[in-house]
Amino acid sequence: MSLVHWAILAPFILAIFVPFFRKKAATIHTGWFVLILPVVLFVSFLQYLPVTMNNNSITHSAAWIPSLGIDFSVYIDGLSLLFILLITGIGSLVVLYSIYYLSKTKESLQHFYVYLLMFMGAMLGVVLSDNVITLYMFWELTSISSFLLIAYWFDRDRSRYGALKSMLITVFGGLMMLGGFLVLSIMGGTFSIRELAVQAPDLYHHPLFLLAMILILLGAFTKSAQFPFYIWLPDAMEAPTPVSAYLHSATMVKAGIYLVARFSPIFAFSSYWFWIVSAVGLFTMIWASFNAVKQTDLKGILAYSTVSQLGLIMGLLGAGSAALYFDSLDDNLYTAAVIAAIFHLINHATFKGSLFMVVGIIDHETGTRDIRRLGGLMSLMPVTFTLSVIGAFSMAGLPPFNGFLSKEMFFLSMVQLSELNLFNLETWGIFFPVLAWIGSVFTFIYSMIIVFTVFTGKFQPEKLEKKPHEAPAGMLVSPIILAVLVIVFGLFPNLLSYSLIQPAAAAIVPSIIPSGEQLDVNIYFWHGITAELLMTIAVVLVGIILYTFLPKWVGLYNYFPGKVTLNNLYDASLYTVERGSNSITKSYMSGFIRSYLVYIFAFFIALLGFTLWAKDAFRYDASNTSPIGYYEIGLLVVLCVATATILMAKSRLTSIISLGAVGYSVSLFFVIFRAPDLALTQLVIETVSTALFLLCFYHLPKLSRHEEKMSFQIGNALIAAGVGITVTLIGITAHSTKLFSSINEYYIENTYKKAGGENMVNVILVDFRGFDTLFEIAVLSVAALGIYALIKLRLEKGDDSVNENK
Amino acid sequence: MEILMCIVAGMLFAAAVYLMLSKSLLRIIIGTGLLSHGTHLMLLTMGGLKTGTVPVLGEHAASYTDPIPQALILTAIVISFGVTAIFLVIAYRAYQDLGTDNMDQLRGSEADD
Repeated sequence: MSLVHWAILAPFILAIFVPFFRKKAATIHTGWFVLILPVVLFVSFLQYLPVTMNNNSITHSAAWIPSLGIDFSVYIDGLSLLFILLITGIGSLVVLYSIYYLSKTKESLQHFYVYLLMFMGAMLGVVLSDNVITLYMFWELTSISSFLLIAYWFDRDRSRYGALKSMLITVFGGLMMLGGFLVLSIMGGTFSIRELAVQAPDLYHHPLFLLAMILILLGAFTKSAQFPFYIWLPDAMEAPTPVSAYLHSATMVKAGIYLVARFSPIFAFSSYWFWIVSAVGLFTMIWASFNAVKQTDLKGILAYSTVSQLGLIMGLLGAGSAALYFDSLDDNLYTAAVIAAIFHLINHATFKGSLFMVVGIIDHETGTRDIRRLGGLMSLMPVTFTLSVIGAFSMAGLPPFNGFLSKEMFFLSMVQLSELNLFNLETWGIFFPVLAWIGSVFTFIYSMIIVFTVFTGKFQPEKLEKKPHEAPAGMLVSPIILAVLVIVFGLFPNLLSYSLIQPAAAAIVPSIIPSGEQLDVNIYFWHGITAELLMTIAVVLVGIILYTFLPKWVGLYNYFPGKVTLNNLYDASLYTVERGSNSITKSYMSGFIRSYLVYIFAFFIALLGFTLWAKDAFRYDASNTSPIGYYEIGLLVVLCVATATILMAKSRLTSIISLGAVGYSVSLFFVIFRAPDLALTQLVIETVSTALFLLCFYHLPKLSRHEEKMSFQIGNALIAAGVGITVTLIGITAHSTKLFSSINEYYIENTYKKAGGENMVNVILVDFRGFDTLFEIAVLSVAALGIYALIKLRLEKGDDSVNENK
Repeated sequence: MEILMCIVAGMLFAAAVYLMLSKSLLRIIIGTGLLSHGTHLMLLTMGGLKTGTVPVLGEHAASYTDPIPQALILTAIVISFGVTAIFLVIAYRAYQDLGTDNMDQLRGSEADD
């Protein structure tokens, strides 16, 4: 266990103590105790920057289940360090923000911070793990803690609905991913991602390669809310705003991005990877940005915007994977896509985090997030307004913010993608920049909605529950820090290029970098008049026009069939599955014991009959049988007549007497077949049983006694005949194929010599196999006690249960 | 004889199953009784019939009938007796408390819809 291991475990350990802080130091907001940890982690992980900047990495391994090859091994390279700094950095800011957001007295803070710390630790585990099984474990922990955080206000219906939905979808993806991991590790023979990456070219030719890829991508797409799995994210907005800011914009939803980036060196040798990842990403981007415009809830807009931006990053990662495919490419164009993806990942975390916090402030200070009720807050909340302008303009891709740079790089990559004739893209390639451009226009529109409908226009105090005013300073600290970062990264992007972006890109496309060299990552503001700049200008112009006339055309959204949405599909399929399984269960779990017996017997017949037939097992061999005598024939007739009488009998008494007749003829069979002890026992027991039958049933009151003849039922008769025939056939087969002789010689020889008895049956019962007898005695005693208890013990019924029965 | 006994046991099984599929609790218990008779006869048959004399050493015979199935059957008879006895008493109590031995009426309450 190294310090890095302890860094992953530290949040879990601190989570244990959170309830203690909450109880013992109730006057201090619990968040202050929690805040220390992410700050310390952030600062201590900064020391790894010099290591990763030189494209070196650090590995620590700790044994977990060594016999299965499952280790708790951690691995720090540029990619994981980038994510760690995001998780701990934004984690610190979110904890700080939540201290002011959540009331010390009204909320159950211990739950909040325990879940949040669990999530933080799990997320650190996801990005640091080198072992796929460990990665999966932490992955599911993020799902679980996200589930708990979404349903933090568990008395609200919508929260529980959103939590369940996100749980179902992300756990579905997680399980698929586990399958992919297992397939992959079977292919490669190791659980270690690094060792798998080494064998990547061999894995490509493995027949299971595509299966593993699709399963792992399912995990990534569900977690990162890609189409069509994005539907959980808008419903997850029922969580407290710090949670939305942390999990559902900056960290957890990027776990899928991380996964795609991490596995790019393994899978990007296939063109499927390029197609699936970039197509799904771009489609998600345009679809979600299109849907974001019609939202009326601020968090709804941000949720769709998050989906859209994640799609953008995913699309860039897909495009960047072509760099691995065409390693002969010397102009490094595709690595530009990877660099853009990483840069936008950082940018998105900063501006989306601050936007969520801003929305939380608006919600906190006005009591609503509905844009139809908000307006004209600019003069009342100037700081919040400034922050939202910075965040939203960066999201829209306007200079001088960092979003502008990453959007330019995005356009650049897409344009290059269309120009280069890769994967026979000549006809389809044009779609990449066109789709990207349309998505950006919608992004521009909803960014403007966030700023202008909320802060400009008419102030409507009558629609607000509270009198709006500026947020307390503590609440503003975190978004201010993020907004400052937005501007700093925008103005001085090269602060990041060699410290974070270059090492991360090197981790995603390792083979493209000549050893000992570094990628050329230079992000400039001004490239001259290029295609992407013209595209941005067009985005702004078209966006402004569309935004101005938004009320004129927003009605168009109503023309889209409202019923046919993915949410309705999800709800309907859940409903159908629930109803369907209910009706299936009801159809066979009828409550009648007869039905269950029919299933059991039918299965018995089918299974044994099928085996007899399929194995051609039936044998008939009458050579080794004993002769048939007259006594036996006579007894057989008696037995058959008695059995038939039971079946035909009208009254119970007749059937009980006939059962006695069967029993006595069985004991006579025992006499004929030389089993005196059996005959004795059978006689006695049959007598007692018959007496019991008579006692029980003859003296009962004549309620609704079925004295009439048992009605004949053809189905029952068929099943009964089937069972009888099966038993007979198996009996004959078994008798006809005696493979070895009995061990009875030993008993016959040693009954007197060793046990000192002459009656072999009795000696076997009490000497050779005495244990059976002991427990048979136990059975009888239990039966006797049970009967006594049944008759003696009468618990008084409560009045309720009596009424229920009537 | 063994082949014939197999058929007899099969017949007992068929009758037992037919009874167990009926509505009356009493018939079900009678069915279980027939089922155990069939099983015991089958056990005995599988050990071989009339291969020698009674398995008691005093007989001084050349060969004896196999004593092992007999010991097994003896155990089985006693156990099935215990089970039948308790089953009968349960049926008796059910009849007393619920007033019916019709298995179609002895159902759990319908699940709420």
